[in-house]
Parts: sequence; C-alpha cells; structure tokens
Amino acid sequence: MIQQKIREKAKELLSKKTVDLIIGFSEWTLPLRTTPIFIRTPEGAESLTWNSFCENNLATYIHKFSRFKIGIVVKGCDARSITALALEKRFKPGQLFLIGVPCQRMVDRRKVKRAVKGEILQAREEGDLIHVKGDGFEVSLKREDFLYSSCEACTHRTPINTDVLLGDPVEESPLAESHAEAKAFEKMSPEERWRFFEKETSRCIRCYACREVCPMCYCTECFVDSSRPKWMEKSLDPSDLQFYHIVRAYHQTGRCTGCGACERACPMDIRLTYLTQKLNRDVRELYGFETGVDAEIPPPLSTFDPEDQQEFIK
Amino acid sequence: MKLKLDKKDFDNFLQSLTDGYDLYAPVQLAEGVSVFKKIDQPGEVNLTQLLPQKPAKDIFFPQSEVMFRYEKVGNQNRMTSMEEVKKERILFGARPCDIEAISILEKVFVGEEYTDVYFLEKRKKTTIIGLGCNEPLSTCFCSSAGGDPFLRAGSDLFFIDLGEAYFVELLTEKGMAFRKNKFFQEADSRNLTLVKELEEKAFEKVGYSIPVEGIEKRLGLMVESSFWDRVHEKCMGCRICTYLCPTCHCFDIVDEGDPHRGQRVRNWDSCLSALYSLETSGHNPRPTCQERTRQRLMHKFYYFPKNFNRVACVGCGRCILYCPVHFDIRQVILWTSARRRRRFQWEVTR
Repeated sequence: MIQQKIREKAKELLSKKTVDLIIGFSEWTLPLRTTPIFIRTPEGAESLTWNSFCENNLATYIHKFSRFKIGIVVKGCDARSITALALEKRFKPGQLFLIGVPCQRMVDRRKVKRAVKGEILQAREEGDLIHVKGDGFEVSLKREDFLYSSCEACTHRTPINTDVLLGDPVEESPLAESHAEAKAFEKMSPEERWRFFEKETSRCIRCYACREVCPMCYCTECFVDSSRPKWMEKSLDPSDLQFYHIVRAYHQTGRCTGCGACERACPMDIRLTYLTQKLNRDVRELYGFETGVDAEIPPPLSTFDPEDQQEFIK
Repeated sequence: MKLKLDKKDFDNFLQSLTDGYDLYAPVQLAEGVSVFKKIDQPGEVNLTQLLPQKPAKDIFFPQSEVMFRYEKVGNQNRMTSMEEVKKERILFGARPCDIEAISILEKVFVGEEYTDVYFLEKRKKTTIIGLGCNEPLSTCFCSSAGGDPFLRAGSDLFFIDLGEAYFVELLTEKGMAFRKNKFFQEADSRNLTLVKELEEKAFEKVGYSIPVEGIEKRLGLMVESSFWDRVHEKCMGCRICTYLCPTCHCFDIVDEGDPHRGQRVRNWDSCLSALYSLETSGHNPRPTCQERTRQRLMHKFYYFPKNFNRVACVGCGRCILYCPVHFDIRQVILWTSARRRRRFQWEVTR
C-alpha cells in the first residue's frame, strides 16, 4: 500500500538524517480533506497519509522552508512545479528529496458537497467509491465522477525527476480533454468572454489565497503590494480586481503547471484556471513547451536566443 | 412579544420592509457562495447557506469604504464627508454568531476612548433581525465561545424557523416598532413548544467541547513559548481566515487619486500578510509567518480579552471551513489547554 511505503520511506530518511523534515499529508478534522504536515521525527512518520483528498500542491512550501533539507511527498503536479522551480533556481541542488507518488487524481470536495443534501460528517474512500455520511443520509459515490477538472485532464500523473518513486508508473491517459475550460472560453464571443471574466472576478475579496498557494508565486514584493510605483488601488473597485487577476495569470505564462491549487484555495469559488489554461495552451502551440516536464529547458518567455522569431518587431 | 410569520407571507413581509428601509440580507452570488448585500427584490434573499462567506460585519464595517472625497476648485479645497447613512437599514438573516461579533466590534469602534463615526452611524441606523440556527454545522463552536445557536443578544427582532412559519420575537424598542406589521400573527403554545425543542436539539449538537474559557490566562504565559515554533507551519499567509472572520477588524487607510481630486478609503487589512507590519525603513517586526500566526491567535484570545473581557472569536468556524490548508483553530485552542499538552506534542511536534 502506497501509504505504508510513504511512511517507511519517511522514517528511513529521518532516521538516517538524510533530511531535516518531511512534508506530506495527514488526516485532520474535516471529512474530504487532509492537511499538509511537517514531520521531524521517525515516529512521526506514522501520521502520514495518502488518499484522494491530498489536494494541496506541497511544492509551495519549499519557499517557506528554504533553510532546511526537505523530503517532500510529490504527486505529478507537485513534481512538475518543483522542476519548474529548479529552473528558476529556487533551491540548492541536493536540498530536496522527492518522494514521488503516482497520483490517482484528486477528489473535488465541492463537487461531492453539491451532490448531497446536508452536511457531510464522514467520508471514506474504498476502491473506486467514496462513502459519505451525514445526519440522516449515507451514500456511495463513484470516485471518477467527482474529480478536480485539472486532475481529469492530467497527463502527468507519474511524478518526474523524483529521488524515489513509490508504486508503479501509471498509464497517462486523460479522462477529459486537456485545456477544456480554455477551449470553451475561446469559443465565446469577446462580449461573452468579458461578461464571464467580469462576473467571476467581481466576487474577489483580495485575500490573495490564489497567489499564496501557488508554487510559482514567490516574488519578494508582489505587484499588488508595491507602493512605489503603485500599480493599483487596494479597494474592491472592479477594475482593480480585474487587473489583479489578469496580471496574476499573465505572470504564469510558461510557468504554470495547471495544478489547479489557485482555484481550490479560493473561498469565493472564482473560476481561475481557464485563464492559465489559455496561456498554457498558447505556450504549447507557439513554443512546443510544457511547464515542468523537462529539467533542462527553461520557460520560453524567460530566455532569449538571436534565432527567436522576431517578425512582430517592426 | 411572541409572534409568528407564515412562510407564504415571507416575500410580502420582506417587501414591506423595503418600504421604509434599505434591506440587507444573504444573497447567493454563485452556487455555495453568498454574502450580505442590499436587496431590491425579496426573491434575491437566499438562506440556504447557514453562514455566508463574508460575515455580517461587512454591513457595518465594509471591506472597502470611502471616508471622504476631496476636490481642489480654484484655491479652495472642497471636502465631502461620507459617513452619513441617509436611510434607516435592516439587516435580515444574520446568525447569532455574526450578531454577537457586531457587539464585539462595538467595543472597539464605539469604545470609551475612540468613536468611529463610520461604524457608529451604520450601527445606529440599523435594525437587526437575527435568525436562530436549527442546524448548526459540525465546525460551529459558538457555545464554547460565549454565544449559542439561539442567542438573542444584539438582535432587535429574532426569527426561528418552524418549518411552515417563522417564530418571531420583538426584543428591543427598535424591534417593537414592527409589532403592527400586518403579516405578523399571534404565536400559540404549540409554536413555543417547538421552539424549545429546536433550541435543545441545537444546543446539544453544538456542545461545549472547545475549552475557550480561561484561554487568556493560558496564553498569557505562552508569549515566548516554543509552542509557536510549529503551530504556524502549514499557514501560507493568505488572508482568508481574517477577512472571513466576523470579529477581525484591522484596516488600512489609503488615499486614492491625485492632488486635485480623490478620496480617502479604508480597506480591511490582515495581520497574516507580511505587508501589514512592514515599516517604512524596511524593517518588519513580524518577519515570518510564525510571528504573524501568533499575532492572529494572541489578539483573539489574549490581547482582546485583556482589553475588553471577551475573546474575539464567536465560534462560527468560517476560518476552519475555508482555509486552503485546513488550519483548525479549534485544535489550537485545545492544544493550549494543560490537559492537552501531550496531544500537542503528538499532533504538532512529531
């Protein structure tokens, strides 16, 4: 069982002092959730868990724990984020030990909550089913019908560039069309696109959770926080909200792995991934580049080559 | 005064409120996302979500609020103050925790030392219609935090959902002004019995399991404790827990505009952001997430009780429900308890 293998590996790394701490997932108080956990003792490894509720992208924590040697449990997307961060020199060689886990695709807790009436008090995974229980109801749901849309389209479930891979590589066959949200967005008329974008961003409360949970958002000073120059105001004016979301997405061009952490974090359920998907799609079509799948090739917008296409310069 | 409102009259009742008042109530913005908003049509009111994401504090202390506008005309500086609330307001459908939180904010904004005209003006001109919680969530711990699912304090009128009708109590002078509302009927003894049953059921569900009582004494000894070394680890420093908290009340004042024309605005701020405590020199007295997490918890459970004799937490559980990394404030409260130190050792310092 993968969970047992994760615990054993963590225990070994901590006992041998290969790493200072292990970052993984643990059960916690809410159903349909796990929580990131930071373990420093071999005995603590017993708390590590693995299931379809391990939705966080743990790569983000390497910024916060940059002083340590970290063993980190990675899914496909976490590993790609780390590969992308390596190209941006965000950690020292040998600082990370990647414990790779082929991902079974994660369950979208909001989709599950919408499928039942009443508060879910318990959730349990068993094979292809998720059993959920609440006050006066008990249902079994097909796991496959309740996956995050980013996970449905994922073609990189087996983590790459890991130090150890626990379990066999999985077959990389997506359950849904890739960049489906971006494609649907492209099909809209400019007016429809604007209305959609306007409606989604209007709910923003500027908590910046989408920024904080993103492994690729690590600027010392984010443009929204800069006061000299001041790029934007700090109120809830629609133009400021829209500006924030456009620039946040643009800053990810060629850097976003499409893990969906931003959208999962949003307390106001704002759709965010259609924008980054669109950029990912453009980068793939224009440059044949996909973020985090190759440890040698830097993102196209971060490099310059005299041979680059320059027709747009008049 | 014990009354009831038939649910078939509910929309007409809400309509009757909009005659003399601006009516604020929960409105759904998307599936599973609601906020308190000014409504025009009764049909906009949506009570399906027990706790809207943004708490009712937004109606008294808005996330973003213009304090005054200025304009330079010739040699004159024209200032227009913006605190006045022109029309009386009604807040409908806020839950006891959110209403209790407004009383907590009053301690700060309408205190002995300072009076905040913006908050006070809105508070004075608002009639609050509270709504009891028949079905508290598993994350609710209001009873442990000094409230309860049917706490009337702070409400002018109080509604309890009886299924076919709402049980209505007029609690204050402001509430008594509605006694002649044509949609209210006399409640009978059966209604009273049902209310009692609903209350007991909800009290039992919420329980008293979170040891909030006495936490200020425990935290007072823990300012420099190694406890804080680990508690913060999973926090990524977003502002969800503070913005969605009904009692968090920090703000930042900024000027928008140019020397000729503009406005002074105050926006919610959050102690969990690095920018919050960053000084002009570049020094930050709370340099990491560790100090910032400590500040959030210490303010709620130590500094605030020291100043105002009440914890700045009403147990609504929003910070638990919406945290992207599943930080659970109940567990932190449990860990501070002496009996739970071993549990802290196991759950956090492993």
